[in-house]
Amino acid sequence: MIPALSITGLEKTYDNGFRALKGLNLEVAQGEFFALLGPNGAGKSTTIGVISSLVAKSAGKVLVHGVDIDEDFPGAKKYLGIVPQEFNFNVFEKPEDILVQQAGFYGIPLSIARERTKHFLGQLGLAEKSSTPARMLSGGMKRRLMIARALIHAPKLLILDEPTAGVDIEMRRSMYDFLREINAAGTTIILTTHYLEEAEALCRNMAIINHGEIVANTSIRELLRDLNKESFLLDCQVPLPGTITVEGFHVAKVDEHTIEVHIEKGQDLVQAFEGLKQQGIKVLSMRNQANRLEQMFVSVLERQA
Amino acid sequence: MNAYEQYIAFTTLVSKEIRRYLRIWTQTLLPSAITMSLYYVIFGNLIGSRIGEMGGRSYMEFVVPGLIMMAIVTNSYSNVVSSFFGAKFSNSVEELLVSPVPNYIILWGYIMGGVSRGLLVAIIVTTVSLLFTSLDIYHLGIVVAVVTLTSILFALCGFINAVFANSFDDISIVPTFVLTPLTYLGGVFYSLDLLPEFWANVSRANPLVYVVNAFRYGVLGVSDVNIGFSFAMIGGFAVIAYWYCMYLLRTGKRLRS
Ligand SMILES: Nc1ncnc2c1ncn2[C@@H]1O[C@H](COP(=O)(O)OP(=O)(O)O)[C@@H](O)[C@H]1O
Ligand SMILES: [Mg+2]
Repeated sequence: MIPALSITGLEKTYDNGFRALKGLNLEVAQGEFFALLGPNGAGKSTTIGVISSLVAKSAGKVLVHGVDIDEDFPGAKKYLGIVPQEFNFNVFEKPEDILVQQAGFYGIPLSIARERTKHFLGQLGLAEKSSTPARMLSGGMKRRLMIARALIHAPKLLILDEPTAGVDIEMRRSMYDFLREINAAGTTIILTTHYLEEAEALCRNMAIINHGEIVANTSIRELLRDLNKESFLLDCQVPLPGTITVEGFHVAKVDEHTIEVHIEKGQDLVQAFEGLKQQGIKVLSMRNQANRLEQMFVSVLERQA
Repeated sequence: MNAYEQYIAFTTLVSKEIRRYLRIWTQTLLPSAITMSLYYVIFGNLIGSRIGEMGGRSYMEFVVPGLIMMAIVTNSYSNVVSSFFGAKFSNSVEELLVSPVPNYIILWGYIMGGVSRGLLVAIIVTTVSLLFTSLDIYHLGIVVAVVTLTSILFALCGFINAVFANSFDDISIVPTFVLTPLTYLGGVFYSLDLLPEFWANVSRANPLVYVVNAFRYGVLGVSDVNIGFSFAMIGGFAVIAYWYCMYLLRTGKRLRS
């Protein structure tokens, strides 16, 4: 089957000489819900910019559903729906006008455009706001408006650039449900994010991009399994002794009542608890060190080196 | 896109443009109506009655076609420059850029937005002028042709201005420092005959001279310059501006990075 997206040797050097993409390769199969994960400045938005024609590539090939953007960009664009990172609609216009116009730009007749507008505004919970100027919508609503706009021409591939930035948790959930639904109905989805949790919640496969290159490309489960180090924060009963050591483990005192423990692959957390207990330290609760992505990054990059 | 899809995209863009200036009509349609009424009252009536004849007509009759043309020029220009710069500024221009709409449709969409506003304002200020004078049109075909060609030309100039503008100040610099002086010096208020030969010749380098005179010829049948030559000049400038706009869109200058 033709991949939904195929990128080979993609290079981008901006006018100021900055090399944002350094020979990026990426392939996403049809039907996927794919995460493109990377820290700020990694080149995620630049990549999407190239695919959507807002950024001119310096070298490389991009095919959207088998259509080469160098040969038939308008043809490729019909397959593609983009939800950009920054709001990019006219805030003085109404959601219904924004959607109907966008449909028009894809050559969709007015009657169909109106029907779809109503459908998507309804599905994304914007029906009541359809004739309110867009500037009066909340951040989450604006984001959903951009999702509706990206879907108006029924694209086969939907790319969302950090769609949950500034969206509260509840809204995030319903957005996830919606995206899962349209993915199940056959739309390929690529999502960029710097939250691992988001990728984990939605996607099966992912690629990690760093400094303009793909540094890992595999299934999420695989990546997490490969995580050879995990950190936990232990909330303990005060007072804690001045220095804490546990045979075979890396432990550090974070503050007066918190201890950090690193667990290497093959180690058992229970043994660490035992070691602490022997020193009379009582653990009240435990949580995963929040930034697992960072850890994963470190481990992926370590392996690269 | 096939021809039908392109047609839909084009009408979408034009109606979006028209809706924009109708929505803010107090900023887009009203000012010209007020300014021109003042010109009619002051220059046409109060001062004009003391001036006597100009180009073989009463001063009011002489000045009205130039003023109508001035309204067309400024409105076609400013419609495109504000709308396209606004789209650039809010990034909503990306809605167009990511879609499969061909560049020439984008350009003609904005041109027709500007032309339609130019024409609408022309109708408004012409109607107002009828309160002050009567207008017998000498040659309707010429009037229509000049108005269309001129508003296309200035819509294109507005587009170029918008592409290069970085701030809202940049979109008023050209109208203030170039367009308005050229219009005033383009023979709206006087006949080139009044100028010493040297300045009359200098004036012939001003494209507005051809615009104003061609229109005045269409309305009154009098002109300071040859009518065929005027058309060639306006048409020539329009072709160059069109070619340049297409070049800007094709290369994505200041629109894509
Ligand atoms: N127009 C531009 N000119 C120069 N450098 C840019 C431009 N846009 C982005 N960059 C740089 O390219 C790098 C990648 O940016 P971006 O693709 O936005 O990253 P991400 O979306 O992954 O956060 C960053 O270092 C950024 O500063
Ligand atoms: Mg980004």
